[in-house]
Amino acid sequence: MKNKNLQSEKSRRSFIKKTSTIASGLLAVPLSIEGMANVYGNKKLKLSLIGCGGRGSGATVQALTADENVELVAMADAFRDRIDMSLKGIQEHFDGSKKISVKEKNKFVGFDAYKKAIDLADVVILTTPPGFRPYHFEYAINANKHVFMEKPLATDPVGIRKVLEMAKIAKEKKLNVVVGLQRHYEKKYIDLNNKIVKGEIGKIRSGQVYWNDGGVWVNKRKPNQSELEYQMRNWYYFNWLCGDHILEQHIHNIDVANWFIGDYPVSAQGMGGRQVRNGIEHGEIFDHHFVEFTYASGAVVSSQCRHQNGCMNRVDEVFQGTKGSIEVGKGIITDLDGNLKYKYPYSLENEPNPYQVEHDKLFASIRNGGVISDTENGAKSTLTAILGRMATYSGKKLTMEDALNSNLKLVPEEMTWNSTPPTLPDKEGRYKIPIPGKTKF
Amino acid sequence: MYFNLITTIFFILFSYNVLGQKNYTEKIPGSKEILNFIFIKGGTFNMGSKKSEKGHFGDEGPIHEVKISPFWMSEIEIPWDIYNYFMSREIDNSQVKYTKGNEVNLEIDAVSSATTPYVEMSFGMGVENYPAICMTQHAAIKFCEWLSALTGKFYRLPTEAEWEYACRAGTNSSYSFGDNVEDLDQYGWFKSNSNESYNKVKQKSPNTWGLYDMHGNVSEWTLDQYIPTIYKTRKNLTIDPFEVPKKIYPKTVRGGSWMDNPSRLRSASRRPSSKKWKKRDPQIPKSKWWHTDAPFVGIRVVRPLNTPNVEQQKKYWNN
Repeated sequence: MKNKNLQSEKSRRSFIKKTSTIASGLLAVPLSIEGMANVYGNKKLKLSLIGCGGRGSGATVQALTADENVELVAMADAFRDRIDMSLKGIQEHFDGSKKISVKEKNKFVGFDAYKKAIDLADVVILTTPPGFRPYHFEYAINANKHVFMEKPLATDPVGIRKVLEMAKIAKEKKLNVVVGLQRHYEKKYIDLNNKIVKGEIGKIRSGQVYWNDGGVWVNKRKPNQSELEYQMRNWYYFNWLCGDHILEQHIHNIDVANWFIGDYPVSAQGMGGRQVRNGIEHGEIFDHHFVEFTYASGAVVSSQCRHQNGCMNRVDEVFQGTKGSIEVGKGIITDLDGNLKYKYPYSLENEPNPYQVEHDKLFASIRNGGVISDTENGAKSTLTAILGRMATYSGKKLTMEDALNSNLKLVPEEMTWNSTPPTLPDKEGRYKIPIPGKTKF
Repeated sequence: MYFNLITTIFFILFSYNVLGQKNYTEKIPGSKEILNFIFIKGGTFNMGSKKSEKGHFGDEGPIHEVKISPFWMSEIEIPWDIYNYFMSREIDNSQVKYTKGNEVNLEIDAVSSATTPYVEMSFGMGVENYPAICMTQHAAIKFCEWLSALTGKFYRLPTEAEWEYACRAGTNSSYSFGDNVEDLDQYGWFKSNSNESYNKVKQKSPNTWGLYDMHGNVSEWTLDQYIPTIYKTRKNLTIDPFEVPKKIYPKTVRGGSWMDNPSRLRSASRRPSSKKWKKRDPQIPKSKWWHTDAPFVGIRVVRPLNTPNVEQQKKYWNN
């Protein structure tokens, strides 16, 4: 990605130095009383939603459902119409059973809208496209807010380093942070991971993780849209906003590999491209990636994600250990001869909704003075997927250190509607596509 | 000679009728997919089940006489192979040409499109020749409208009564093959033989009218609002009943599925749809098109012999 729009930093060393100064500086400031997690008791919790898409609206409903005494006080989005649609959806969901009204003056529009909305809250929901997450998270933690934020946590390594730094500060401030890697809150996954911890399949030696399906929505370019507005509306197809589907979606499965193995990979190599989903409305991302992640133990996980119609669909995680195998989709453990050893007692009707559980736990923890710290794992799994993307884009073998120390920065610090987007189309409306063997990091 | 002529004319007229009502194969324009349709003669039947029937539920009674007008029904549950074209809309430009002879002349562009789900909706159970699942009734209805626009023939979901009539295939027993649950394995996929997954369509024996998987595999959407007490209101012979929905939930699905115990697969068994079928949809507003928590619901379509007029057609695609 030798893209002139990509800004780079002097060095990782100076970055760390700089941020640690900021961090200690912050710690020297006495925490405001709202920042102390254990003082909430039964007091009303004010909630702000940053990023009013379908997922943000869903998360807001779950937050309002998790705790009786939560009030949605502010909403922020780049677009006013998204705020209106979101509020309508939330109101319709509760259908009068809960009074939802956000003051007109607390609806904030634009790139800096998040600051004003975060200022008004005790708890914030960060659900914009992931490119902005590091900046929003940084602001929220500096302002002593509890956070629910969706995965992934950044689209570039520079963003990840910011998130990792803020993770430490959040912990020190005893702020709760739940990350929307909801498999960690899903009964079946928790149960199967417990089996692995108990050694039921021995030590994991290999695995296969999948998100193969037909892909997601497209918002086509409309007349009179600025280039920046078009990219923001069709964000899935732009790396600075989305990070490619290996990150935005497949992170779920890669994260399960990290979780079940209990470590993060040391290196990755892979291949990918865009053969089928390569229209003018499909921006710059690939439609398939295949990555080998190697862990310190020597375990190797094959990760495949594909957005192509009419092919084998599978969203799943499978692992082979020294004593047996585990297939998460089917919820089964088999021994080395393929005999069934265990089956998770799945019941469609009785399975708790993990998206709701995330918020139940978050608000219970806030009330009880607990500290949930999902950020570090969320950031490291985000970085794992970014490493995979760097491997498929470059065609090179890269180490986690390479990714962690990379100066790749896709998202500018400050943006307005007059900013030039980080990537621009040619005369035909096509964007620069990464080329394995040529793209370098 | 004169007599022969009459006979010949009569035979020609009769054959015309018979030929017009034969089973046929719908080739899906712009694809290699086909869909076979079975002609279902009109008639009267006993809808519902006796209290003494094993597994009988209150909403299945009392048994009442219903008259059904003739129609064609797809011999299989709509597979992903065809449903995916409705989602991708990549064969829309193969729509049949407008002619006066078409039952339907519709702007295909005007038929709304299902959104692409963020979650993979086959849940890895397979797509080639496997039944499409998890669609809302709204999506199922729009699929029918799209198929109609594409082919020029009027397709819609069956009413509950049409569905049960076709399922029974002239029988009054618990299943179309009799009352013996032991025989169910030969005709349908249910909890204990499905290997915890839906299965390819048309693997089991059809009922005597030639319809596959009416019992099991996936439950099938009907047009009707689910009203548990509705049979009690039907006093005399009821002709082509259709409980026009007034609200989104509950509507009726029929036939039982790969997740159900045998009694849910009985010809008379009715199941209401529920808001809970979207429980794990992480978005608000929840999708109009997908039931994240209903991997047991699919579609079978019908084409009535007497095509309704344009106004009536719209009602079947917009309730």
